[in-house]
Amino acid sequence: MQHGKYRFIVGFLIVPLALYAIFVIWPFIQSIYYSFTNWTGLSPQFSVTGLDNYQRMMHDPTFWASLRHSVIYVLVLPVVVLAIALFLSFMLNVGGRRKKGAAVSGVQGAPFYKIVYFFPQVLSIAIVALLFQFLYNPDSGALNAFLSAIGLGSVQPEWLGDPGLALWCVMAVLMWSQVGFFVVLFSAGMSSIPKDFYEAALLDGAGRATTFFRITLPLLWDTVQSGWVYMGVLALGAESFAVTQIMTVGPGGPADSTNVLSLYVYQKAFRDGQAGYATAIGVALLIVTLLFAGGVLRLGRRERLEY
Amino acid sequence: MGSTSAQNDGGLGRRDVIKRSAALGLVGIPAVSFLSACASGGGSDDTTKPSKAKTTAKNPLGVNATSPLDFVIFDGGFGTEYAKDANVLYNKAFPKAKVTLTATQKIQTQLQPRFNGGTPPDLIDNSGAEQMDMGVLVGQKQLADLTALMDAPSYDDPSKKVRDTLRPGVLEMGQFNGKPMYVMNYAYTVYGVWYSQTALDRFDAQYPENWDDMLALCAKAKKKGVAGWTYAGKYPYYVPFSLFPFIGKIGGREVLDAIDNLEPNCWKAPAVKAAFEAYYELYAKGYILKGTPGLDHIQSQTAWTQYKALFIPNGSWVENEAAKTTPKDFQMKVSAPSSLDSSDKMPFGTIWAAGGEPYIVPAKAKNPLGGMEQLRIMLSEGSSRNFTQKVKSLSSFNGGTDGLTLTSALQSGVDALTKAGPNVLNPRLQDWYVDLEKQKIGVGALGEMMAGRMTPAECVKKCQEFSDAAAKDSSITHYKHQ
Repeated sequence: MQHGKYRFIVGFLIVPLALYAIFVIWPFIQSIYYSFTNWTGLSPQFSVTGLDNYQRMMHDPTFWASLRHSVIYVLVLPVVVLAIALFLSFMLNVGGRRKKGAAVSGVQGAPFYKIVYFFPQVLSIAIVALLFQFLYNPDSGALNAFLSAIGLGSVQPEWLGDPGLALWCVMAVLMWSQVGFFVVLFSAGMSSIPKDFYEAALLDGAGRATTFFRITLPLLWDTVQSGWVYMGVLALGAESFAVTQIMTVGPGGPADSTNVLSLYVYQKAFRDGQAGYATAIGVALLIVTLLFAGGVLRLGRRERLEY
Repeated sequence: MGSTSAQNDGGLGRRDVIKRSAALGLVGIPAVSFLSACASGGGSDDTTKPSKAKTTAKNPLGVNATSPLDFVIFDGGFGTEYAKDANVLYNKAFPKAKVTLTATQKIQTQLQPRFNGGTPPDLIDNSGAEQMDMGVLVGQKQLADLTALMDAPSYDDPSKKVRDTLRPGVLEMGQFNGKPMYVMNYAYTVYGVWYSQTALDRFDAQYPENWDDMLALCAKAKKKGVAGWTYAGKYPYYVPFSLFPFIGKIGGREVLDAIDNLEPNCWKAPAVKAAFEAYYELYAKGYILKGTPGLDHIQSQTAWTQYKALFIPNGSWVENEAAKTTPKDFQMKVSAPSSLDSSDKMPFGTIWAAGGEPYIVPAKAKNPLGGMEQLRIMLSEGSSRNFTQKVKSLSSFNGGTDGLTLTSALQSGVDALTKAGPNVLNPRLQDWYVDLEKQKIGVGALGEMMAGRMTPAECVKKCQEFSDAAAKDSSITHYKHQ
């Protein structure tokens, strides 16, 4: 039966493999190659400059600031977003007071909340960023108006204009816009957990917290792990780029306090005409992403539970 | 074979298939030398340029009458109407030429592949947020020399050359290191301190011509709950629109030239420190609208048109941009920066005015002469008047405003230019070193100082550091005033 096995498999996979190679692997290799050149992105002429771009990167304070912020994003955002989403979805599916005849149920009005939590996902991230920009407006924004209304007229932060606050303001927006997706994802996961487990736990007198940590979380672990990687990639990539580009001073400021790698790549490639240097920063972003994904998969390795 | 699968019949595990297919996918990676052909998708030098026609009085550049004209325009504050009108005139002269006008807001996204592939259009309005870096384009020899256009007889008066019909500074702005002219800035922008005459009337004030009066007026306004100044805190590189000419006025033209040339200690000139201290005083005395560091350009302009602040550093596009929120009786005006004191090197009226909306003809264009001819048509008095009427901005054509009824803002721009006479400054930092001007000096230093997080002395030091780093940076092309 071994005869022609490879030809058989490759024959079936040749088209997707070729597509993958052309549209994913090939651009990666090209980018890595361009990071060793001084290509401007505006003309077909360029020459190979070896490690120049990487040397420059090592001495570029803006690069280090961007790297630091990207790392903060990828460490903080997924953990916070997943924690909030897990709590909310647990409350919506398991955490309610028990109705008659049901082992577990969500809080009152759970179906309605599920829809509401998903709203931010429907909005384009650009619109979300713009809306929050109005909210953060120090002169006429809702936040400072609220502070004045509760008698804190003396406390009027500049929010996005304050280097100490700006990064956290941007992160809060990302949290707000992403939590809903994970609530729905985890809700779907939780609804597939057999009810008998909960019934058994209840008979043993387990409280809510025990139920969550002993039953819900372990059985949901696969979903949590993929959600973690996905959120990390979002935090490093497109989403963080969009909110930083739209909302922040500069963008990327004040004084480099909010710049992230994805935005810095864009600025170097499309503002300063330094595509070669931009791809070098892109390679750094790739390394951070791979390290993160590898780390999460390694940390999160558990026995698979079959149920 | 090292199968990881559970089946021990030597079958392939899933993991194995993936590993091997990845290997297969990578086998085809050719040598790097082949790779380098990828960025350059063509760029062969034997592009078939249309044969040059005979030059006549009607066709001084010798445009081939049948060659199509490929024109890409940035569709922004000025719209595209004025260019369409110029296309009509071009077609009148060359009825057989097919003119395509492509309007886009994404100049770089649209045109980058065409530059890399060696098939750029014949004329580009390289403007907007996605403006392609001029310094890079020039350094990479991607732009055609426009000297032929400058030396051609002007559209209205064949006895005058085109170069003699332009407003001050436009020609120099198109040159890089004194090399030929590569960029034709079509619009003409007046930068300075913008205000509402109506707002000043409420305080029985005229525009304060020196800094003491400025501070006095701000103090008066503050008592009434009106801020003296606001600016685009989110984009602090708006502050130089009034700060740079202020520095030039205090210390003379050469201070700004030294800054543009990235000379050592250029920011340490006394004029710079004096100007910084004056602006910092606005912050220190609480004359800046609260929350300004968090406002973007639209929000700050809106606060200004709502009479929340008297003054804003800006350029003449603000009239169009803020039109929606501007009250009818606002009487928008622009002024040159106030004097610091009587020892200023240049008189009151010294202003920053410069070309904007940069038009370029790519070196590899199929019909570069057509692109230049289209520009020659646009630089006629008729086209210029049409532009001014349609978009409320001056053009680089010197004149063309007589007999037009201008809005208050536009009229004040014309008056400011008349008052300035030869004292027109043109700092070039924002054209030559975008990153340095916007990200570093704008956001990293001036923005911090105006928000009160940096003293003027620290700000000077920081600007100098940024300037020195840019001077040392071998990855950017450096330019000098000639």
